[in-house]
Amino acid sequence: MEFAELIKTPRVDGVVLRRPFLPTVEGTLCLTGHHLILSSRQDNTEELWLLHANIDAIEKRFVGSLGTIIVKCKDLRVIQLDIPGMEECLNIASSIEVLSTLDSVSLMYPLFYRPMFQVIEDGWKSFLPEDAFKDLESMTEEWRLSDVNKDYSVCSSYPPLVAVPKDVDDDTLRKAAAFRHGGRFPVLSYYHKKNGMVMMRSGQPLTGTNGRRCKEDEKLINATLRAGKRGYIIDTRTVSVAQQAKARGGGFESEANYPQWRRIHKAIERSSILQESLIKLVEACNDQSHSMDRWLSKLEASNWQTHVKEILTSACLAAQCIDREGASVLVHGTEGTDSTLQVTSLAQIILDPACRTIQGFQALVEREWLQAGHPFQQRCSQSAYSNSKPRCEAPVFLLFLDCVWQILRQFPCSFQFSQHFLVLLFEHTYASQFGTFMGNSASERSKLNLSQKTVSLWSWVNRPQEVERLSNPLYEANCLVIWPSVAPQSLLLWEGVFLRWKRSSRCLDEAYDEMVHIIQYNKELQNKVNNLRRQLAQLETEEPLLQTP
Amino acid sequence: VLHLVTTVEQVRLLERFSNKSTSGTLHLTATHLIFVESNNAATTILHHHIASVEKLSLTTSGCPLVIQCRNFRVVHFVVQRERDCHDIYSSLLRLLRPVSYDELYAFSYNPKQNEQQREEGWQLIDLGAEFERMGVPCDRWQLTDVNRDYKICETYPRDLYVPITASKPIIVGSSKFRSKGRFPVLTYFYQEKKAAVCRCSQPLSGFSARCLEDESMLQAISKANHNSRFVYVMDTRPKLNAMANRAAGKGYENEDNYSNIRFQFVGIENIHVMRTSLQKLLEVVGSRFLSVNDYLLGLESCGWLRHVKAVVDAAIFLTKAVTVEGASVLVHCSDGWDRTAQVCSLGALLMDPYYRTIKGFMVLIEKDWISFGHKFADRCDQLDGDPKEVSPVFTQFLECVWQLTEQFPQAFEFSEWLLLQIHEHVHSCQYGNFLANNQRLREELQLGDRTHSLWAFLLREQQNYLNPAYCPTYADAHPVLEPSTLPCHFKFWRNMYHQFDRSMHPRQSVLKNVLTLKESNCQLEDTIKDLETLYKDFSTVFLIVCLFYSMCSYVSNCFVGEEVTECCSDTERTVEGSSGTERKESYSDLQETYGAKAEPAVVSLEFGVARMTC
Repeated sequence: MEFAELIKTPRVDGVVLRRPFLPTVEGTLCLTGHHLILSSRQDNTEELWLLHANIDAIEKRFVGSLGTIIVKCKDLRVIQLDIPGMEECLNIASSIEVLSTLDSVSLMYPLFYRPMFQVIEDGWKSFLPEDAFKDLESMTEEWRLSDVNKDYSVCSSYPPLVAVPKDVDDDTLRKAAAFRHGGRFPVLSYYHKKNGMVMMRSGQPLTGTNGRRCKEDEKLINATLRAGKRGYIIDTRTVSVAQQAKARGGGFESEANYPQWRRIHKAIERSSILQESLIKLVEACNDQSHSMDRWLSKLEASNWQTHVKEILTSACLAAQCIDREGASVLVHGTEGTDSTLQVTSLAQIILDPACRTIQGFQALVEREWLQAGHPFQQRCSQSAYSNSKPRCEAPVFLLFLDCVWQILRQFPCSFQFSQHFLVLLFEHTYASQFGTFMGNSASERSKLNLSQKTVSLWSWVNRPQEVERLSNPLYEANCLVIWPSVAPQSLLLWEGVFLRWKRSSRCLDEAYDEMVHIIQYNKELQNKVNNLRRQLAQLETEEPLLQTP
Repeated sequence: VLHLVTTVEQVRLLERFSNKSTSGTLHLTATHLIFVESNNAATTILHHHIASVEKLSLTTSGCPLVIQCRNFRVVHFVVQRERDCHDIYSSLLRLLRPVSYDELYAFSYNPKQNEQQREEGWQLIDLGAEFERMGVPCDRWQLTDVNRDYKICETYPRDLYVPITASKPIIVGSSKFRSKGRFPVLTYFYQEKKAAVCRCSQPLSGFSARCLEDESMLQAISKANHNSRFVYVMDTRPKLNAMANRAAGKGYENEDNYSNIRFQFVGIENIHVMRTSLQKLLEVVGSRFLSVNDYLLGLESCGWLRHVKAVVDAAIFLTKAVTVEGASVLVHCSDGWDRTAQVCSLGALLMDPYYRTIKGFMVLIEKDWISFGHKFADRCDQLDGDPKEVSPVFTQFLECVWQLTEQFPQAFEFSEWLLLQIHEHVHSCQYGNFLANNQRLREELQLGDRTHSLWAFLLREQQNYLNPAYCPTYADAHPVLEPSTLPCHFKFWRNMYHQFDRSMHPRQSVLKNVLTLKESNCQLEDTIKDLETLYKDFSTVFLIVCLFYSMCSYVSNCFVGEEVTECCSDTERTVEGSSGTERKESYSDLQETYGAKAEPAVVSLEFGVARMTC
């Protein structure tokens, strides 16, 4: 299929672009296979380049022959295009509709994108499991890297290499995989250097109604316990949800078969509920009503902050078991690809200072989300405005980012990156020129040969100028465990995402720039003082008269 | 002489939002309640800050005593012996009910200051100079001495500004037609458009009464402004309340009787509604294991943010009328000392960048609140009085200012620490500024001779209250602030209502860090200057050997020291609390205490607040 067939009117002149808090731009609208472009063709006016993939929904309106298209984007921005001519407007609208909902992976933009920057370090090779394992090996010898899944046959959503207890052989893994949802047998997620405790993750055990058990699965997770020690299983579902799962072949670890483990149930919601929550939250934020009661009740009804609190609480609990109780932890929900990853990745942010650096956070996203098989393509194909029937969409990763932002707000000096990095990741999970978040698992990405055919987001992010833009000027390495407050009064609405397009951010941006300036100026002055002192000291030693007092 | 318990040992202080506690000794002095932990950390509470003391029923671990403070601190002690608990309780009750002003702390508070400094402190703010700054007196507005002896209105200051055309009989007549004699006077003059903001109390109009002098007074205000043919009359009350007042012979202006007025209700609720609202808010946020939904529903049902928004909305209305239309506005409510003070001062803050500086903000409070007779003594419950008169009107004003600082981070010279500190001292009764209900009473109490001024204290340590993002030139581009009034821009002021609940605060403070860096920048600049001078001297003067030697020893002693390292991490910034010795611990980073405390024995599975006592 050629894009040209889908574009009935490639170009319209005299289109007016209206965006909140920005001057209107009049110019020429062009549609290409992947972009909607509006250019005034004057030098110093900003052009709009919008990826079709970023368009979540459009609305058409007509007043006489003047058509208006309201474009609602996945990054939550809403823009308006006034298009003269009814036919042009209809053509543009229908083209956008088709181009923004193309299902074929082979037509996705990352496969066409050629970088305009020099790739210094190929992001596809920056975070290989082998390298991560080398770090682990330097700390402990109790784990090995297994290639039991090298052809993705044991677990389709796992990467080819996973870390497992040294004493457990591949055969045991295969049998344990058969006992776990989606073949997701327990694997290592995090090793806590301080006390050697670990966090593992998996899918739910397939106990079913008749309480099936699997000796190999028991052996596998028991192998992670020290003699006489108990571990904790954090099931991200409530007891009743976990009970109900038995009827569909799933279930949870019974006390009888896992006597060394204590099970704790949390209540992180399933994806469809999270999607609904996002839709309601965005609707509340876009409400122009001036009624305080309406705003607060809509915010409450969206339940978004409740989800944030629940996820953070579960992550704190996991971190607490490991760091305070000195116990190992296994985390799972149903599939082990959503709430499980929220908990394991946030627990690492809390426990491990390395995850709070720019590189470390990328490694975390790579390890705990991409390699761990979070189905990004399914979860992020629609955002908060889409009118189409939701399939598997859910803001699971956005909620994770929101939780990270909450911790960042509470520990503003302990992260090497600023919230810009989190916002950038949010944008790229929904629409991107990079291949990083394409596909639903390592196996899908490998089939599509993305590492050859697309550019990695990390290649872009790790260029010096981008690193600088994403850096937190207040950062001072903090090697401690950071415990966030999860009291409702401590949790804030993430304005950087949800109110981003609702107000002029100029005041806040300028204040931020001023802060950056103060910090940089301080560094300059310190350097200057040090240099002067050095020069003076030098003068002192160079002057022979001085040496003979 | 009261018999007071002075020291009780084996008292436990429970943490408000967790299950932890610390034990120590409780001391009671004539002015403070002090809890000293075994590690010598002290919690100090000024008696004036205590709003209520409650003795709960005996438990197995002891007798609980809950103390609620006006600065939103809540402390929960458990005293081992019930007898001791009862003694503290009854001692406190006696201490907490001062019946005369002389008993207040301000009259015994004695900082290390000489008499001259104390007097200078009281001269820092000069409202006459402030009106001059606005351009008053001028060809349309003059100073009147009608209230020289507080005869026309005892709750107004002596110096009042009125239109030139308002003769004494008009003033006197108008004052008789206004509740408590509070006739229309100037409070802010917008020079650019020669538009005036005036304030007064409600007219005694009942259902049909009118007063020609009062009508002339408004006419005079209108005539003093050539930009507009009419003057806005803003009744800040809800219409229903104003109408109900008519039955009591009060009410609001009838547009038919007053030529050239535009009458407008803006619907801010009264002091009783505000008191209940804040009480409800505090109940909601004070509950342990609060869920997000209960929190948000509570925020909604208590109405507090709705009221805050109503005040800001009214101030915006006032500002637009004055700055955009160039019209003069007369603001009133019932008595003209609560809502009127809020709206006039907040409006001025939006219109005039001067009030967004530290000194200017003090002037604003001095003018619209203190001099015009906001009843601080009644509203803040300084003496044992009528609980129905207590209301957080001034707190609400400070919150409105805070909401604005959040929207305009570069526009204010001060940070929220100034607001918190002012709030602290409005209730501490440690300084004379806020004592009593009006200027006449303050003069009777000779506060200027017998107490210290808060403003002097705050200005002396103003470094602590600076907003590092403040940009003085911001005002050139934005002389008038235009805040958004979308509800999503109004936030819960955690640092006010949970200022003593450290567990809820961010662990690290951006404000503190940047402020320290900014201070360090100034010091570094000086150091560089010194070093450069030295370097220059050093390279030219070496021929003169003696001098050279002395210089070098100077250099090696003083300057060739260690490399400069981060200056911000070790300086602890604290803001002095009410007692003069207490540290506002809530402001300091908790970094130092990481890993210091004992670890809990069991994983708590139902923690509302994740443990952060790392």
